[in-house]
Amino acid sequence: MLQEIILAGFGGQGVMSMGQLLAYAGMEEDKQVSWIPSYGPEMRGGTANCSVTISDVSVSSPLISEPDTLIVLNRPSLEKFEQDIKPGGLLLINSSLVDRDPLRKDLRILKIPADDLANEKFGNTRVANMILLGAFVAITKAVSLDSVVGALKKVLPEYRHNLIPLNRQALELGAELASGA
Amino acid sequence: MAKVLMKGNEALGEAAVRAGCRFFFGYPITPQSELPHYLAKRLPEVGGVFLQAESEVAAINMVYGASGAGARVMTSSSSPGISLKMEGISYMAGAELPCVIVNMQRGGPGLGGIQPGQADYFQAVKGGGHGDYRLLVLAPASIQEMVDLMGKAFELADKYRNPVMILGDGILGQMMEPVEFPEMLDPASLPDKPYATTGAREREPRIVNSLFLDPVELEEHNLKLKEKYDHMVAEETRAESYFTEDSEIVLVAYGSSARVAKAAVDQARAQGIKAGLFRPITLFPFPKHQIQEACQNAKQVLTVEMSLGQMVEDVRYNLEFRIPVHFYGRVGGMVPTTRAVFDEIKRLVDGEVD
Repeated sequence: MLQEIILAGFGGQGVMSMGQLLAYAGMEEDKQVSWIPSYGPEMRGGTANCSVTISDVSVSSPLISEPDTLIVLNRPSLEKFEQDIKPGGLLLINSSLVDRDPLRKDLRILKIPADDLANEKFGNTRVANMILLGAFVAITKAVSLDSVVGALKKVLPEYRHNLIPLNRQALELGAELASGA
Repeated sequence: MAKVLMKGNEALGEAAVRAGCRFFFGYPITPQSELPHYLAKRLPEVGGVFLQAESEVAAINMVYGASGAGARVMTSSSSPGISLKMEGISYMAGAELPCVIVNMQRGGPGLGGIQPGQADYFQAVKGGGHGDYRLLVLAPASIQEMVDLMGKAFELADKYRNPVMILGDGILGQMMEPVEFPEMLDPASLPDKPYATTGAREREPRIVNSLFLDPVELEEHNLKLKEKYDHMVAEETRAESYFTEDSEIVLVAYGSSARVAKAAVDQARAQGIKAGLFRPITLFPFPKHQIQEACQNAKQVLTVEMSLGQMVEDVRYNLEFRIPVHFYGRVGGMVPTTRAVFDEIKRLVDGEVD
């Protein structure tokens, strides 16, 4: 198994944390993992992305130019990365903030209005990223949902551990939506 | 100890603490600032000193002072900051003082950018500072290797009484990979340093200096230094070979570029192309015998760098110009892609050579 993922959105939407959760979860399952952030002068509101590799064998290159999966939380990220996805790859879209359809016809595409759902179900748009992550895990089974939940303890700072149940619910909602899709 | 997921810069900081380093002097610069940031918190926990100096020049001279007093000491920076430290590095080589210097390279020249680069190869390997001196230069390609080489770097610095550089790049600094740390080394367990200026009570004063006004004496000093560098060449070369035994084309790359090259080799092998990778781990001394062995069946060699062609000169020189050596590079913070390197391999083995 080799799963190369690019996660992209606005700074503050939690794409870096999504990536770290995946990497931690993979490591806890004794898989080979790597995580690379985009870094630059941007702060909250700018664009951010990270690349995550989860593999059964050692990761030759952690740099991803043709991902198996692209998860986009905003429209600029779709515009930036859509063309790079491997043929037949997976495209997960936060349709709350992406107001156009993808151009590619050779992909498996799932649109989830993650911000709207997060607001409706949990009254907190900040877990929109977890809904998308839950969907990704359910579709690809790159790691188990339990491992991702376990990784929350590592990625969230201790003073945020009270938010673990909320994040878990959001992950589960995403997984449920993907299973029904 | 169980594996943890850690950023390269932070992992280097922890590895330094575990190698007995208790002093850090530096100045922040992207993409290495997580290293001083980590040590600012970590060093006081183990009774060490973290100090953010007023400049890179000040920082390297503080390193000189601490090393002269016998401490295990390091500094870190990225390309433009390393240029500022060059005077101090030459002084330390001249005064035979050990230290570890980390360079998380970014695009240059000048202020350049903040994205990764490998264009400081010449500076690291050929000089940078003035005078006949050498740095031992280590080039890790993964977070685990960075951690392993940090301990080795301090060991080598003490063994040769010479600065050692860990030459990384922005990718290695920012990337997270699982890593396992060695046990904590107690700095008190390290042997005494017979040159250290520890207070001349009941003994002759010791002098740490790089000034020799008498040319006879300075030539002798230079020859003594050369003997050390010859020793390094004979004893300290390190490299990794990947699928090189039967390779018709061997890629040569270090650091992050070697990861990309490795993935391109995997792709080539999957398509039946006999490609391999030679990865120098020491850039000075350059692993001459290892590269000759790795390329013994190669019809051609492809060097991949994030520069416009620096290490490729050493590749040609060390292969004694017997095999055609080609070059592929990206610069300015752009990183070679696996696809581009694979296409280059394919072009070369198909014989479309310019």
